[in-house]
Amino acid sequence: MAIKDYLRERFFPHMWCPGCGHGTVLNSMLRAIENLALEKNDVVMVSGIGCSARISGYVDFHTLHTIHGRALAFATGVKMSRPDLNLIVPMGDGDALAIGGNHFIHAARRNIDITAIIMNNRIYGMTGGQFSPLTGYGKLATTSPYTNIDHAFDTVSLAIAAGASFVARTTTYHAKQMTDIIQKAIQHKGFSVVEVLTQCPTYFGRKNKEGGAAEMMENYKNITTPIGSKASRENPDLIERGIFVEKEMPEYCSEYNKIIQKAVKGK
Amino acid sequence: MGKPKLKKLHIRQEWCKGCGICVHFCPEKVLELDDKDKAFAARPQDCICCKLCELRCPDLAIDVETEDE
Ligand code: SF4
Ligand code: SF4
Ligand code: SF4
Repeated sequence: MAIKDYLRERFFPHMWCPGCGHGTVLNSMLRAIENLALEKNDVVMVSGIGCSARISGYVDFHTLHTIHGRALAFATGVKMSRPDLNLIVPMGDGDALAIGGNHFIHAARRNIDITAIIMNNRIYGMTGGQFSPLTGYGKLATTSPYTNIDHAFDTVSLAIAAGASFVARTTTYHAKQMTDIIQKAIQHKGFSVVEVLTQCPTYFGRKNKEGGAAEMMENYKNITTPIGSKASRENPDLIERGIFVEKEMPEYCSEYNKIIQKAVKGK
Repeated sequence: MGKPKLKKLHIRQEWCKGCGICVHFCPEKVLELDDKDKAFAARPQDCICCKLCELRCPDLAIDVETEDE
């Protein structure tokens, strides 16, 4: 199936700004699903609120556009009742780690088989450029006009500490890698976290004088490096990208099924 | 399998928002923006069919069709 067949073309052109990285995430994600040859009816995409969350409206799968920060909670419900379906939950950084921070760590801890894609543009775009928990110290946002004094989460470390069994990071510049990683994340049986550095030229880029979309993507090339590379050892300020964790662990729905079997026998 | 050969570079003008990402990153400088800020293939003969433009376009407006497809 061509990726166009996974789109709800009637809603195009989409609502994202020119050069918004979220479109590239949509692009790469659909290629991953195409490579896996998944049937539309076997994919459920659940999103919350924000520019990023609009992604679920553009894809022709089962889609749920839910409430802020709670996409993982809804996805957990769907997965528990239909463990055979592939659950994909794309979230913005604020949606996933501020409003939905608690849902995030507990979904990771349970190791439920859901693919969480964190589209990290370091800002609340939809509501006008307020700083998020990923904006970072010293950065500018509409609510930090004299620079931000909050420190950012490291999404990868957070996900690993919370127990996610697949954790990866990539960027919109590295679109091929993004497809490859999302593909592996979907195949992985357990909670998968993929952080994608994605540009918001309209707010984060403009406020922090990072230039247009292409310049911001150039920057992703320059500030990231493959995990464990020589460059990474020489310059610890570089952000590593690739797959950090990929391990087998008991998956939540399978474990729950065992409990059901036990309880039924016990009768 | 030889090198892929370009059949046609399809760019959906009504979806393109003129962000310039494809223009900026094309290794062969095939693409340009027209006076309405829509991307078009100015030098299709130079295209090496790497498909980077198609993969990165945030508006899913590009389809690089090769002869073998
Ligand atoms: S405000 Fe930022 S995140 Fe939202 S659509 Fe525009 S560029 Fe994308
Ligand atoms: S990357 Fe896509 S939207 Fe941007 S200028 Fe090129 S064709 Fe248009
Ligand atoms: S396929 Fe590669 S060479 Fe051809 S226009 Fe796109 S980026 Fe340029």
